[in-house]
Amino acid sequence: MEVKTEQNNPKKTSTTERISGSEAIIKCLLAEGVDILYGYPGGAIMPVYDELYKYQDKIHHVLTRHEQGATHSAQGYARISGKVGVCIATSGPGATNLVTGIADAQIDSTPMVCITGQVGSHLLGSDAFQETDIVGISTPVTKWNCQITKASQIPEMLAKAFYIAKSGRPGPVLVDITKDAQFEEFDFEYKKCKGVRSYKPVPDTDENSLKAAAELINNAKQPLIVWGQGVILGKAEEEFKAVIEKAGIPSAWTILGASAIPTAHPLNVGMVGMHGNYAPNVLTNQCDVLIAIGMRFDDRVTGNLESYAKQAKVIHFDIDPAEIDKNVKTDVAVLGDSKVSLKNLLPLLNLNSHKEWHKKFKDLYKIEYEKVIKNDLHPTKEGITMAEVLKEINIQTKGDAAIVSDVGQHQMIACRYAEFNKSKSNITSGGLGTMGFALPAAIGAKMAAPDREVVMIAGDGGYQMTIQELGTIFQQKVPVKIVVLNNEFLGMVRQWQQLFFDKRYASTEMTNPDFVAIAKGYHIEAQKVTERKDLKAAVKEMIDCEGPYFLEVRVEKEGNVFPMIPTGASVSDIRLE
Amino acid sequence: MENENRQFTVSIYTENNIGLLNRISAIFQRRHMNIESLNTSPSEIEGVSRFTIVVNITEAQMKKIQGQIEKQVEVIKAYYHTEDEIIYQESCLFKIKSELLFDERQIQNIIRESNARIVTVNKEFFVLEKSGRKEEIDLLYRELNIFGIMQFTRSGRVAVTKDKMKISTLLEAFQD
Repeated sequence: MEVKTEQNNPKKTSTTERISGSEAIIKCLLAEGVDILYGYPGGAIMPVYDELYKYQDKIHHVLTRHEQGATHSAQGYARISGKVGVCIATSGPGATNLVTGIADAQIDSTPMVCITGQVGSHLLGSDAFQETDIVGISTPVTKWNCQITKASQIPEMLAKAFYIAKSGRPGPVLVDITKDAQFEEFDFEYKKCKGVRSYKPVPDTDENSLKAAAELINNAKQPLIVWGQGVILGKAEEEFKAVIEKAGIPSAWTILGASAIPTAHPLNVGMVGMHGNYAPNVLTNQCDVLIAIGMRFDDRVTGNLESYAKQAKVIHFDIDPAEIDKNVKTDVAVLGDSKVSLKNLLPLLNLNSHKEWHKKFKDLYKIEYEKVIKNDLHPTKEGITMAEVLKEINIQTKGDAAIVSDVGQHQMIACRYAEFNKSKSNITSGGLGTMGFALPAAIGAKMAAPDREVVMIAGDGGYQMTIQELGTIFQQKVPVKIVVLNNEFLGMVRQWQQLFFDKRYASTEMTNPDFVAIAKGYHIEAQKVTERKDLKAAVKEMIDCEGPYFLEVRVEKEGNVFPMIPTGASVSDIRLE
Repeated sequence: MENENRQFTVSIYTENNIGLLNRISAIFQRRHMNIESLNTSPSEIEGVSRFTIVVNITEAQMKKIQGQIEKQVEVIKAYYHTEDEIIYQESCLFKIKSELLFDERQIQNIIRESNARIVTVNKEFFVLEKSGRKEEIDLLYRELNIFGIMQFTRSGRVAVTKDKMKISTLLEAFQD
């Protein structure tokens, strides 16, 4: 038997070097392959910024105009690349400004590491200047967090932070580092984290559960797949496509699952949920087997749970055991990584086509087309619809763009009408519904994927929540395309007020500034379109522009998004008007 | 049965880290669930902590909570048990005026019958300790309250299971 010892490896030498905690932080980031980080300096993080200055040829720090922007940029970076997004902020208000983005990343399973500076350890608990308990504050919205008070803890804790953020079901991690730990010198050595003993990122897959799932699928007459972001996070797009093509199953998506397979794929039957497509919502309550893959039965997807797919056997594929039976009782749960599970499911499936069943989807699509889609895409009325703008973007980007949307009516329209050819192309705030997400997220997305066309779409409300990030776009010369669909309303809230509050438009009408002038103030090329005839040329000018571009489109003021499942209603009671 | 409130004793094996208590209690708080009692202590394994939490919720809720607790990175394993599956105790202390001990003969009988233990006595007060089930402590409280209690405090429940916990094997694996 061969025995390998360290003596057998003459190349091994001591890897420690004496450096400060703050330099160690940079070296840890470099060791984790971080090339860009987003942040904002301040007192308690200054030693780290001093090191960033020294290492600026190796690591690109992007100064956002608000810490919330840094988190959303890190999210956009992570969502389009599949890598861990990193952001950095000072203590106190710097740290608390991260919280919205952290909560967003938590609910949308986005891998992110946030580093915050903290007051010196001798000041902890003394209500020192810019001291806040960010570990306490961020606990409910992080996958994991910790506070470091000694430089020697930095390598191990940061290694653990990256490992936890990206493994299993990804999520945000916050590491709070006191200022004295940043200054302190120690013998630095970095080892990547290979595991945490109390943490099992990927649960074991029970082969029997796969067999049981395959049997249900093979015997199903009217199966329906609803997939979520788990397919994308698991890098399982090919395996997923192979499964649905072999079994011939109509497949619908949640908004975070969008783009995992191309929009034009014949088995793609559209979006489920509150403003999803008519057919998959109605037929959720007619299918005999519902196969959920990497999705979590969010209330915006299921509508009233009491009348959700009660007739169906439910199969749930997920990496997170806590999702099983959380909202919908499952008959078969397949735990594990989606890529592996779907790969192992494939050989167990029978070839099938379900032609009759597919016809039902086509028939219902025709109804939706006549009642909703036709009027959205080819309106006969004067006002420009949001969907028309999306249609024009689809045509001119040939479906290759990544669409980064904000939250509200335009988001639902973007998700409904954007055409995707590539995975990881629909970047939006799904679970948290964070207005202001899109502009900074688009910055991160474009920087992570400079070769891709990144088109941001926001409403006039959400755009103004993080409008200051135009400064980041200008300074960093990020060629994102910014589209604001301006209806001078907080449109989604207004729609609800119209439908459920007798048109009492409480605080939803907006008096807006000259958006074009604001963009031009940041030296970003800009124009405004108010008439349909100018739309095509304006979108062309935007796409052809080499740098960033701002396009405002004045859309119909009181347009509504349909179909719609009213709160508390069943998915099959979806309204077309 | 799944939808009726019952008392569950939750046992959680965790790493011994700052902030974990916050993380675990937040899981209950977020769902508007009251924690009846909570105890944290070292477990039979060095470096591993054990939480014992008592809650009154439905079994359906309990299962989901168990999932959410186990999802935490530094939680090794979480279990829940009903009353008949565990051996449990609580402990309490009564501080009572010393003169009552001599003036009220009945108090001495109560102490004897309840198997309570006198921890200390001085001129002013004496301290009585009692370990047992919640009902026994409740009874003793009612009996002593007639005479007046200067201070009363009671610990969280501590419990061990009748069945062998699978955690033992899991933890043994960590030790290697």
